[in-house]
Amino acid sequence: MSVNTLSIDGKMVTGTTGETVFDVAWNNGVRIPRLCHVGGVSDVGACRLCLVEVEGQSRLVASCRTAVQEGMVVRTDTPRLQAHRRLIVELLFAERNHVCAVCVQNGNCELQDLAASLGVDHVRLRYRYPKLPVDTSHERFGIDHNRCVLCTRCIRVCDEVEGAHTWDLRGRGTHALLIADFGDPWGQSESCTSCGKCVQVCPTGALFTKGKSVAEMQKDRRFLKYIVTAREKHEWIR
Amino acid sequence: MTDRILINPVTRIEGHAKVSIHLDGAGGVRTAQFHVAEFRGFEKLCEGRPFAEMPGLMSRICGICPVSHVLASAKAGDAILGVRIPVAAERQRRLMNYAQALQSHALSYFHLSAPDLLLGMDADPARRHLFGLAELDADFVRRGIRLRQFGQRVIEILGGKRIHPTWTVPGGVLKVVTTAERDEIAGWLPEAHATVRLALDRFRAILDGFRDEAAHIGNFSSLHMGLVNEAGELDLYDGRLRIVDGEGNVVADGLDPRRYHTFLAEATEPWSYMKFPYYKPMGYPAGMFRVGPLARLNVVKAMGTPLADRELREFRQRRGVVRNESFLYHQARLVEMLHCVERIEELLGEPELYSGQVRVNAGQNAREGIGYSEAPRGTLFHHYEVDDDGLIVRANLLIATAQNNLAINRAVEQTARRYVDNGRLREGMLNRVEAAVRCYDPCLSCSTHALGQMPFVVELFDDQGNLLDRAQRR
Repeated sequence: MSVNTLSIDGKMVTGTTGETVFDVAWNNGVRIPRLCHVGGVSDVGACRLCLVEVEGQSRLVASCRTAVQEGMVVRTDTPRLQAHRRLIVELLFAERNHVCAVCVQNGNCELQDLAASLGVDHVRLRYRYPKLPVDTSHERFGIDHNRCVLCTRCIRVCDEVEGAHTWDLRGRGTHALLIADFGDPWGQSESCTSCGKCVQVCPTGALFTKGKSVAEMQKDRRFLKYIVTAREKHEWIR
Repeated sequence: MTDRILINPVTRIEGHAKVSIHLDGAGGVRTAQFHVAEFRGFEKLCEGRPFAEMPGLMSRICGICPVSHVLASAKAGDAILGVRIPVAAERQRRLMNYAQALQSHALSYFHLSAPDLLLGMDADPARRHLFGLAELDADFVRRGIRLRQFGQRVIEILGGKRIHPTWTVPGGVLKVVTTAERDEIAGWLPEAHATVRLALDRFRAILDGFRDEAAHIGNFSSLHMGLVNEAGELDLYDGRLRIVDGEGNVVADGLDPRRYHTFLAEATEPWSYMKFPYYKPMGYPAGMFRVGPLARLNVVKAMGTPLADRELREFRQRRGVVRNESFLYHQARLVEMLHCVERIEELLGEPELYSGQVRVNAGQNAREGIGYSEAPRGTLFHHYEVDDDGLIVRANLLIATAQNNLAINRAVEQTARRYVDNGRLREGMLNRVEAAVRCYDPCLSCSTHALGQMPFVVELFDDQGNLLDRAQRR
């Protein structure tokens, strides 16, 4: 395994071959914004918030899907990137119905935190106000598609960690919708083990524990690190 | 020839409304209407939401009394869960409800109505507001603002925020009161007591000067409705409904608020977004009833706290058990403020308030839930129907201000009759029509489920719609 030396925001850092720019950056204290990435499952580059500039390339690349290379010069926080990230978050808000004031996740939401950190104090785009369903047929959990950002964290944790692959996406673009099994009500899903991992990794209030009131929902992702460490290193430590 | 006078908007109330006065050929008042010019549609936007989220969603109806909506909504949620909430949670909800009534009444009295009462109805409108009053008596105004601050602070301590606290949930509340919090609340009480007593004394001193207004601003016989406890005393959180008529006869007693639809119905009129609830057995519009502070004082046997009871006795000694003068809503509000301060003090001394468990958990056990409480402006009902998955299928909100709609219209008409003079627009008349509305402290944003800002315009039309006269104030 060879070691590569590269520059991230002017800082000389090293990463082993196969490591992503995103991971190396975070390991070195450079906090690239992200929404679809969650440690412990694979990366898909869905949210595009971790876009970075690589010298010599005109296109922006998703750092979570870009392997480090020797001599790379990466910039993570330029005005161009800030503008793109801001627009991405605005697009997310405009696409569905995110009403923080009455959301179960208010105050604990990754989308809300991102918006605040990127200075999104208003949305320049016209809201689409789609009419989307809420599925509370599951005994313990609910999904509110109005708050879903299609990051697919739930799909990956269900597939890669729990091994159930209950969740997947239906449709494309703005028609994409998270579905359980073949589009059944969640409560009727035959594959769902009711483990709740999807709920815990969801960055917004889209997946929630039933009975939770406004601002009451808090997610705990430490379990994922515990399981992944146990599986990969056979160390059962919290 | 028929003329029409339009007061638009009515100022120093919560929400947007206008008044139109239709004149007969001789320049006298034929009829007057109180139009609510805003529409919000909260009942519709609840549909499809999980019932557990309703208190937080309903609190957004109003920034002045979110607590009332949160409580009624959480109680409806308790009914859907099918649970009895822990005693500590019930005490906390009561405590916050008293704080809510106190802050809302303080706002109504000191901020909105005191300028009329203490500066005089005919004072220069450019000075007849809170700041004008502050020039005259800064200490009184400061005390009023502090009194409201006290109520808001209690709400903040219990619920984490002054406005839209989300601490009440179906099944109880989210946190236990600490002794440090109790001590802070207790520290405010002596000043709150003194301020309410001062306001009551000031009101009594000026009351005789408003004899004409009291007699002609909405003085009419009507039904009065309010919640009372088992002893027939004032209860703002729970209890049964009692209805008395304008002479003090009990028309109905022990009514279960959860069966409100069996004795209350709502009519609509094309000229207002606010519905017109009435007492079903007497039909529309004869079943006009009033709710809120005056109605509550009229239905109770006693307030249940010593100082407020002394005030109630004096209130009744002046002219009988039931008072029909809308103007006395102000005094009733002050008596209730005293009651609230006394009750807050009592509750802080109850060990149950601090007794551990504040929430019970349960799944959905019913398809329907009705929650109710006495909001500052009167009885409030929240009625939800949910599907098997706990999503709202239908929501019906019966708001206190709407229940006073018939009475407000009646008060406006009566006031206009007294103060409109040959179809001429006079400052004094406009003030009194507005003051008649203000007696009820209507909260229109709640009752219509407001957007926009309108200048104060009064227009006089003839029957062809021709503008005859116009006055404007901003």
